[in-house]
Amino acid sequence: MNVQPSKLFLAAACMCTIALLGCNDAQNKEQKPKDKVTINENPYPSTYTPIVGKPTLITNVTILDGIGNKIDKGAVLFSDGKIVGLSTTPLGESLPAPDNVVVIDGEGKWVTPGIIDNHSHLGVYPSPSTKSHSDGNEMTSPVTAQVWAEHSVWPQDPGFTRALAGGVTTLQILPGSANLVGGRSVVLKNVPNRTMQSMKFPDAPYGMKMACGENPKRVYGQKGGPMTRMGNVAGYRQAWADAQDYIRKWERYERDFDAGKSPTPPKRDLKLETLAGVLKGDILVHMHCYRADEMTVMMDVMKEFNYKIGTFHHAVEAYKIADTLKENQVCSAMWADWWGFKMEAYDGIRENIPAVHAAGACAIVHSDSDLGIQRLNQEAAKAWSDGKRAGLNISKEEAWIWLAANPAKSLGIFDQTGSLEAGKQADIVLWSGDPFSTYTKAERVFIDGGLAYALDAQQDWPVSDFEIGQVGEGDSK
Amino acid sequence: MKRLIVIALAMLSIHSTYAEKLALVGSKIHTMSEQGVIEKGSVLVSDGNIVSVIEGTEVPSEYRVVDVSGKVISPGFIGALTSLGLVEVSSSSGVVDASIETSPITKTGAALDVSYGINPDSSLFEITRLEGMTAAATGMMGGHFLFNGQGAVISLDGDEPVIKSQAFISVDVGGQGAEVAGGSRASLWVMLEKVINEAASTKSNVTSTTPWFGLSSREDLPVIKQVIAGDIPLFMKADRAADIRQVIAFKKRHPSINLVLVHGVEAWREAKALAEAKIPVIIDPEYNLPGGFDQMGATLANAARLEQAGVEVAIGMDTHNIRLAAQHAGNAVANGLSYEAGLASLTRVPAKILGLDSQIGVLAKDARADIVVWSGDPLEVTEAAEMVIINGQFVDMESRQTKLRDRYLSLMQSDAKKPSYYYR
Repeated sequence: MNVQPSKLFLAAACMCTIALLGCNDAQNKEQKPKDKVTINENPYPSTYTPIVGKPTLITNVTILDGIGNKIDKGAVLFSDGKIVGLSTTPLGESLPAPDNVVVIDGEGKWVTPGIIDNHSHLGVYPSPSTKSHSDGNEMTSPVTAQVWAEHSVWPQDPGFTRALAGGVTTLQILPGSANLVGGRSVVLKNVPNRTMQSMKFPDAPYGMKMACGENPKRVYGQKGGPMTRMGNVAGYRQAWADAQDYIRKWERYERDFDAGKSPTPPKRDLKLETLAGVLKGDILVHMHCYRADEMTVMMDVMKEFNYKIGTFHHAVEAYKIADTLKENQVCSAMWADWWGFKMEAYDGIRENIPAVHAAGACAIVHSDSDLGIQRLNQEAAKAWSDGKRAGLNISKEEAWIWLAANPAKSLGIFDQTGSLEAGKQADIVLWSGDPFSTYTKAERVFIDGGLAYALDAQQDWPVSDFEIGQVGEGDSK
Repeated sequence: MKRLIVIALAMLSIHSTYAEKLALVGSKIHTMSEQGVIEKGSVLVSDGNIVSVIEGTEVPSEYRVVDVSGKVISPGFIGALTSLGLVEVSSSSGVVDASIETSPITKTGAALDVSYGINPDSSLFEITRLEGMTAAATGMMGGHFLFNGQGAVISLDGDEPVIKSQAFISVDVGGQGAEVAGGSRASLWVMLEKVINEAASTKSNVTSTTPWFGLSSREDLPVIKQVIAGDIPLFMKADRAADIRQVIAFKKRHPSINLVLVHGVEAWREAKALAEAKIPVIIDPEYNLPGGFDQMGATLANAARLEQAGVEVAIGMDTHNIRLAAQHAGNAVANGLSYEAGLASLTRVPAKILGLDSQIGVLAKDARADIVVWSGDPLEVTEAAEMVIINGQFVDMESRQTKLRDRYLSLMQSDAKKPSYYYR
């Protein structure tokens, strides 16, 4: 966002955003500055550094590539953090393996892209779930687009390590669902480390959490509203109208600046800045919404204000409007079988995920749980088999899309990860067998080609600061 | 208590109005009895009860034969600890009989009895049973009293679901439980001990005309006496090892009490002592995170380590999704529990804990014919119950959920879409 700074604003920009060329000069000379202010859109940059891996060739292995293909007895090669290629022959002779390649015999085992969970609260609602750690819901106002989940993430949450053992390589941390607009999300690489920035997925776009239904009206019903669903919708619409106005203000200043005038920029508003980011298509919308009728209303709101809802989360009734979801190209992130804990979850069915997929809409398996995230492969397996029994014949290789390509698209990172394609990040899980089984475990988890977890090397499992020296030491004792 | 059981059983036998002789023939059978696993056998059923479980496929001619070859049979699974029938939708949606705030008839919670509050028309009955669960322990969850009232064992079919009332009574002796005693275990255990000793030393039941100033109400006393006599099992919820050691010490002080450890996140650390004290456990084996400072030793190996020490393990604590207990048990098996113990955790062990081991959780002569025919391994997430028999009768494999599914699959697959409510 480029603006011409006022003096005061300039001072603030110098302190809290990126270094501004000529900033001090401008202040000293008290002259009209020549440059527009550039508001830093990445003030908390990723410092993530992958674990250094070795060139690795997994041979004779069953491969699901995450975009709907399966290779029986094939091979996968990765090197320098990237996938080099897949082979349909067991030993991968066609792949350019270097001399120092580490060969893993994958006989009887399966390889998949790492699982991507686009709905987690690890770090913002961590274990232990003490009051002092409850940092996931800014329940002070129904629209808090100004808060960023990354400023709440506690990297010591032991949940990251347990999710890793379940084959999760990338996850989105969302604010909670108490608010109409809950704030920005952050996408993390699941390499547990001492700071949020050192886990932050480089170049992942921001997401913004919104919520339909019961939660906002329950939280704000006695605190000034909204107290009804119609109040909720009025709240979203007013927020978008405010954001439109905010965009127009900045556009006016841009125009005036470009016309050689010296306009005073509007005050920066962090809340409207995030909402404006959605309207401009830079920030992806993740909306907690259970009911079919409410999702349909939200798709109309989306058209009214010309923005895009990327994904409905929970979407317990997505199966009722799978045709509309397809038409509007909105993904649904779902549980396999959660239901009934509140009225808006009353119509949950076990075939929700495969029904959405079968209708040609985008289906995602998500966790929203520090336990569920540890076995998302089993969640997909349940959905896959329930669908099959209901006559929805979806292959396992198609079903893995729910855990890989689709969540990657939902997070705007599919160009980087989410499938086993040459050139993509080597986020790979080697499973002890068919991952559509209760008894199968992640045996090796590679993130950017580095070995982040090995089932048989308990002494090397990551242990969070919180757990070190304690009884269980990260379930490694 | 015995009288209540007799009444309940009488009602159930009235309910099974026809006396069909039924034979499920040709499947693998997990009997959960001394008969063990039969690779290819048959289950004979008459009058709602099991007549016998036999090897092979030769059955007497008067039996109606249902061919289940290639399938797997187990006893109906038992929800070890649920609130089934006491809650339809937990949050903001009407009366929930699984929780209570105040009551004029109790001071310690012992007098509360959930068997009056069970609604067999709850949609959870159908949804749960068509996934292979045929009975459940049901009780209140947490609350403002020392004890969470008396739980019941219910059958998931029929208008009179109670198989056994006064089946158990729960007390939380961990950090949460301490809240009802003012916030400290220093008060909780003294209170619990006092409540037990008070009831034990009260010779006869206190009537409404007897002056009484005890910690328990008059109505609580006879129930606590039954707990002391070992007639009503006492479920003690505790996670951290230190609390579990207190549970074991309590058992030593009160050897007649029939104790069960519930939740037991760190139970593995006291596995040997639990085995010696003959205290079984009900756990969620997937719980492997330090959710609080009472759970620092949480591990996926909990169930396996308990089994290795000789502790009997039951698995299954939930309500709406108690149907997932089989997946939980499967994950315990994936983490070292023996397969037999995995199945037992859903059948034989909860039945024994609830004092019903000759009736449910087992396929043996004279047991209730609660039987599930599975497509394959019941602990495998991709397999499913294909036939469910409760008290000798096949249940319809339908629920509100399957009907919603069928409605909307039809709608999605039809070209000229009618309004959705016209799809039945």
